[in-house]
Amino acid sequence: MIIRFAGFGGQGIVVASYIVVKSAVYDGKRAIQNQAYGSESRGGESRGDVVIADEEIYELEPTSYDVLVALTQPAYETFIPLLKPGGTLILDKDLVVADKKLEPKRIKRHALAATDIAFKKFGRKIVANMIILGYMNALLHPVSQESLERAISETVPKGTEKMNLDAMHEGMRLAGEAK
Amino acid sequence: MALDDNKRQYLSRLEGKTYFILGDEACAYGALFAGLDFFAGYPITPASEIAELIASELPKAGGISIQMEDELASMAAIVGASWTGARTMTATSGPGFSLMQENIGYAIMTESPCVVVDVQRSGPSTGQATKPAQGDVLQARWGTHGDHNIIALAPNSVQECFDLVLECFDLADIYRTPVILLMDGEVGHIRESVVMPQVSSIEHASRKIAARSAEVFGGEELVPGMIHYGQGQNVHVTGSTHLANGMRDVTTPHVHDVLIKRIYDKIDKNREKIVRVETDLDDKKKARVGVISYGASARPARGAVRAARAKGKSVDFLRLVTIWPFARTQVADFAKDLDIILVPEMNLGQLSREVERFVSGEVVSVPRIGGIPHTVDEIYDAVMEVVR
Repeated sequence: MIIRFAGFGGQGIVVASYIVVKSAVYDGKRAIQNQAYGSESRGGESRGDVVIADEEIYELEPTSYDVLVALTQPAYETFIPLLKPGGTLILDKDLVVADKKLEPKRIKRHALAATDIAFKKFGRKIVANMIILGYMNALLHPVSQESLERAISETVPKGTEKMNLDAMHEGMRLAGEAK
Repeated sequence: MALDDNKRQYLSRLEGKTYFILGDEACAYGALFAGLDFFAGYPITPASEIAELIASELPKAGGISIQMEDELASMAAIVGASWTGARTMTATSGPGFSLMQENIGYAIMTESPCVVVDVQRSGPSTGQATKPAQGDVLQARWGTHGDHNIIALAPNSVQECFDLVLECFDLADIYRTPVILLMDGEVGHIRESVVMPQVSSIEHASRKIAARSAEVFGGEELVPGMIHYGQGQNVHVTGSTHLANGMRDVTTPHVHDVLIKRIYDKIDKNREKIVRVETDLDDKKKARVGVISYGASARPARGAVRAARAKGKSVDFLRLVTIWPFARTQVADFAKDLDIILVPEMNLGQLSREVERFVSGEVVSVPRIGGIPHTVDEIYDAVMEVVR
């Protein structure tokens, strides 16, 4: 499975991709994480790619994805044409206005107010990335729940583990509602 | 070189573990397992993570890490420290590698073992500073002036960033020469799993120590022994043409001839011992088309070869682990029955010219610049265009 997280620096894009791929390694899968950032690393374009496979990975920078997580309008507009037909799009509905004309055929679009919920429920916009991780994993199961929780706990700053895990569970709950 | 107690104690916390880390970080850990004593460097994207990790970890293992004022000084510092018996390294990217060339020449001429890591980025000049490339392949070979030979290795995975830096330190000590780990920004900035070895399983090569300081730069052997400063012996070390005892003689043609031919030959005559390649041959059919690649480009290249075989096409694959000295025997042997050899690389065809020199078939460069690696598809298309 190939997943691209895209947004701007400060949204936890690279961290989210890192957590997914670390979870995949804990699951015993082959995995690569790749990232891109501009020379101006704060505020500029940010993306994190995840490739999870059972076999050797040859493609180091994927050019199409099964899942696109878009957290800014430019990220959505740049990368949506490269989502595979039938793929899954997850976006923050307060930050991205979807345009069907740009979208490949038969994609499954999931719009959630991740940043808004993160702020209202947890007082921290930054955990929007965890809400999305929980949502995505409940929806598509790229990694096991156990590995995801382990990777989150190991990766986030000390003392914030519970908040991040709670945010991830909130995302799972939202996915349950969406189903 | 045997690891001291500080290093063993430090490494005992890492050995046997699996880490999910950047290629840059794997390179830094590999250096620590190699027994790195001294690191001097100057930060530059996409190599900064090497210096960053070494700066925080090397002192814990009893070593010294210094951020120098620039790359010229970094290179000078690792040459100087090498003469105290230390295993030394620096890490940089294209622009810094250019600045290091003068002192790399000095390291070659003074036969100072050291490791230079170049995580190649898109140039010339500041180019696409954060994007990967393989544009320094010929700079690694001919960047410094004068007749010389060089050893350079190119990893194609995060695990290999770890494994090959260990090999670089051994080659540097065995051949008393600077050795270049020619990474690229792609392999340096992806994260993959790395398995750290058991410390006891690693055999570190040792430097030969000269019995007499009069033969530190000559004598019977292609690679003479060194002396280490601070252990009772003195020797004159100079970048100017010198006699076996290190004293300058810049006017006698024979002295220069003997010195430079020996420095050249110690790598040239050991080519077969140094060179490593990896082949993936089609065992079912006799292929007429082959692909040769290295570093990050070798990943999509192999993917394309596998995809072509899945379509019933017969294609052979060779990956250069050692870039310099060039694997001329291995490449000639690989290509002897091939009509066409494709060479995907992240530059405008630097190594494809070297391939051309040693094969009779047609060599087709598959270049890729712009800061992104080849896709499997584009190499697959190039293969399918020529394969029957």
